[in-house]
Amino acid sequence: MKVKILGKKTDICVECHECERACSTVFFKTESLERARLRITAGQPSGRKITTCTQCGKCINICPTQAISRNKAGIVAIDKSKCVGCLSCVGFCPEEAMFQYKDDTIPFKCISCGQCVKKCKAGAIFLTESEIEA
Amino acid sequence: MNFTENIKTEECNSMEKKHSIQEMKKAHKILKEFTYSPKKVNRGYCGETLYVNLSTGEIKIKTVTDQMKDIFVGGRGFGLWYLWNAVSEKTKWDDAENEIIISPGPISGITQYPGSGKSLVVSLSPLTGSAMDSNVGGYFGPYMKFSGFDAIELQGKSDKDVVLFIDGDNGKITLEEAPLEDVNSHIICEQLTEMYATSDEDRLHVATVASGSAAEHTLIGHLNFSFYDKRRKCTRLKQAGRGGIGSVFRNKKLKGLVVRTTNIKGTSNNPADQELLNKTGIKLHKEIRKNDDKQCHMRTQGTAHLVEIMSDYDLLPVHNFKFGSHPDAKKMASWVWEKRFTQGIPDGCWFGCTMACAKAVDHYELRTGPYKGHKVIIDGPEYETVAGVGSCCGIFDPDAVLEINFYCDTYGVDTISFGTLTAFAMECFENKIITEKETGGLKLNFGNHDAALELLHRMARGEGFGKIAGMGVRKMKQYFAEHFGADPKFLRDIGMECKGLEYSQYVSKESLAQQGGYALTNKGPQHDEAWLIFMDMVNNHIPTFENKAEALHYFPLFRTWFGLNGLCKLPWNDVEPENNPKSSEPAKVPEHVENYVNLFNGVTGKAIDKNELIRMSERVYNFQRVFNLRMGFGTREHDIPPYRSVGPVTIEEYESRKERYDKYLKEKAGINPEGLKTEEKHKKLREFREKQYQLLVDAVYKRRGWDENGIPKLETLKELGIDFPQLVETVNKKRAK
Repeated sequence: MKVKILGKKTDICVECHECERACSTVFFKTESLERARLRITAGQPSGRKITTCTQCGKCINICPTQAISRNKAGIVAIDKSKCVGCLSCVGFCPEEAMFQYKDDTIPFKCISCGQCVKKCKAGAIFLTESEIEA
Repeated sequence: MNFTENIKTEECNSMEKKHSIQEMKKAHKILKEFTYSPKKVNRGYCGETLYVNLSTGEIKIKTVTDQMKDIFVGGRGFGLWYLWNAVSEKTKWDDAENEIIISPGPISGITQYPGSGKSLVVSLSPLTGSAMDSNVGGYFGPYMKFSGFDAIELQGKSDKDVVLFIDGDNGKITLEEAPLEDVNSHIICEQLTEMYATSDEDRLHVATVASGSAAEHTLIGHLNFSFYDKRRKCTRLKQAGRGGIGSVFRNKKLKGLVVRTTNIKGTSNNPADQELLNKTGIKLHKEIRKNDDKQCHMRTQGTAHLVEIMSDYDLLPVHNFKFGSHPDAKKMASWVWEKRFTQGIPDGCWFGCTMACAKAVDHYELRTGPYKGHKVIIDGPEYETVAGVGSCCGIFDPDAVLEINFYCDTYGVDTISFGTLTAFAMECFENKIITEKETGGLKLNFGNHDAALELLHRMARGEGFGKIAGMGVRKMKQYFAEHFGADPKFLRDIGMECKGLEYSQYVSKESLAQQGGYALTNKGPQHDEAWLIFMDMVNNHIPTFENKAEALHYFPLFRTWFGLNGLCKLPWNDVEPENNPKSSEPAKVPEHVENYVNLFNGVTGKAIDKNELIRMSERVYNFQRVFNLRMGFGTREHDIPPYRSVGPVTIEEYESRKERYDKYLKEKAGINPEGLKTEEKHKKLREFREKQYQLLVDAVYKRRGWDENGIPKLETLKELGIDFPQLVETVNKKRAK
């Protein structure tokens, strides 16, 4: 199926971190880079990294309580009420795009909402579609 | 096979439906009801434990004292302490005052670090007559803690079959007469889960404990602890295998224990420093993701990955531990099991265990016994089972191993003891010590898996030779000598038991340290105390007696610590950091030791270091040694292994490894084998090895602070802060003898 994912062009990112601020504001009502569902690792030019979820769904099979599933649109999402906070998904995400904040045991991830894209003046992140086996 | 979606396996439906769940529930008679206010867990402890007397119906709550936490920590420590207070030196396993204690330990129940949901079960063992401890997964222990209890003590004996239900959400405990449920675990655990869950979705919140019909007729009964597998939509089983505690359970007429709680969160253990636990857990999850495929393959093969490694190193027990390898071992090698195990399921026996070694074979169609034709899930096999009921009995057929594995589990008998005692009976049969006349027609030749299975079914039915074999190797030896005129000395040499417990499945002949690792244990020869074979035999890292004694001090204590806290040993060294070989002491896996220090401090808010970690165990370990003394054991004579674990008992064994033994005689014993007959070499080798073992015992006792008879010195008890009057009295009395 075709799934909306966050695309990236790492080389044109200006490391302003506006995307992370926008993301954490939407989901956690705070401007905290550590609470964003994507991560810009500074280190231009060669060390720079943009960590985003590819919606591959590997975390679905890792979760012992089936708290993670793919919704109708193909987006991988966490049902917090079912999560027992084991953080297996955080350790097993091949992109390391499943995040977790300090003493909070409920992980969080990108759901391709696009709020960060609106803030990216460089055009380094954008919404695109990817073919995913579901 | 790869499951990515929910599956409803037919085995859940294929059970015989003699009675509906409603009928079974209706037949329950409430014998006792008890209400309580569940204490919230604080820093790993609820501060309360549950006591149930099955004779009188008394149910009460006890307070966990600071002394209990400081000295005994939890888990196995709490179990031993309660058992000590419950029994006298005269108590036998089937006396009413014997208890079964289940305690998860302070770390148990965290979900972030793999292997953190274990329960420890303690009781007086029908096999050894002394304190037994067994470490088991499944959800019961953590759920019991989240329902308000750091331990449960089950004392007394019911006259009717009963189920005990702990309703953690509503603070209610009921003791219920339960006449209609099945006894065998793969059925009763399903039945109880369905009965006490409020909906299909709620089954995840129910955990059960049960045993089986063979536990009623043998002394090798085990307990099954369930965990609900959401993908398979079935209860899965993990075993508290060692020492016959399932036999105690059925002797008390317990049919099942059930706990239900919806209080299952990543923070339910209410730790002092959740962030530290998160960080430590994620680090290990990542390590497993990156390294497991390159290291132990636990996620795809479970512990069965060891089969060919053990055979290659001549450590896989074959024909009752006569030999250490067999060309047919490859028929049961890791790649065979990998194909049989359903892949792609998070097979952890507690949430968050990404080692995921609780593998299972789905859709197995049984070909024998009362469930013939049923399609079932088989939990395992683990390495110990493959080696025990497989190669040790000369059985190399994976289907036979699976079938025996399944029936051992559901009948409630320990696969390790069953394997070792069947192999012993087979060797006796091959030597004509017993014949078909004594076995009731069973041709117990090595490799006869049909006979092994029939023996198991007879144990479940309580019939003939099934009952005799089910007494375990030690009692079989006595029985064969008394009734069949067998030579007691030969039986002593080949009977793979020490302290009354059957050996677990490693050949220790070429590792002096492991001979001690087995026979110098508190509970009997079980590898969960020490596994030193590679350090000793392969890598030669502990060449001197002092080196070996140090290893036999450190490793049993380090591993004891898992049992105090409710942890699994496997994530300690079945995955290792990539740079571990370059660390200061690779065998200890220093980075993981640091993880455990962090887990303990993170949960309890205390500030231990790696040295205090060992001290914690040393207190409980010495306490358990004194417990053995109190029960009439625990001295040097009880620490002597059968010669089969030390060297070749028979000429056949010597000849099979002639080159090795000749070389050993020359290089280690300083005896020139040239010109000597095999019989002479065999005798000299035995004399030398038995002497070496005694020298090892001297060195280990010295290192452990025990006297030459293996009794802890008073200054050792004092220094550890466990010089309680009762302990001092026990030690003094024993020493005076």
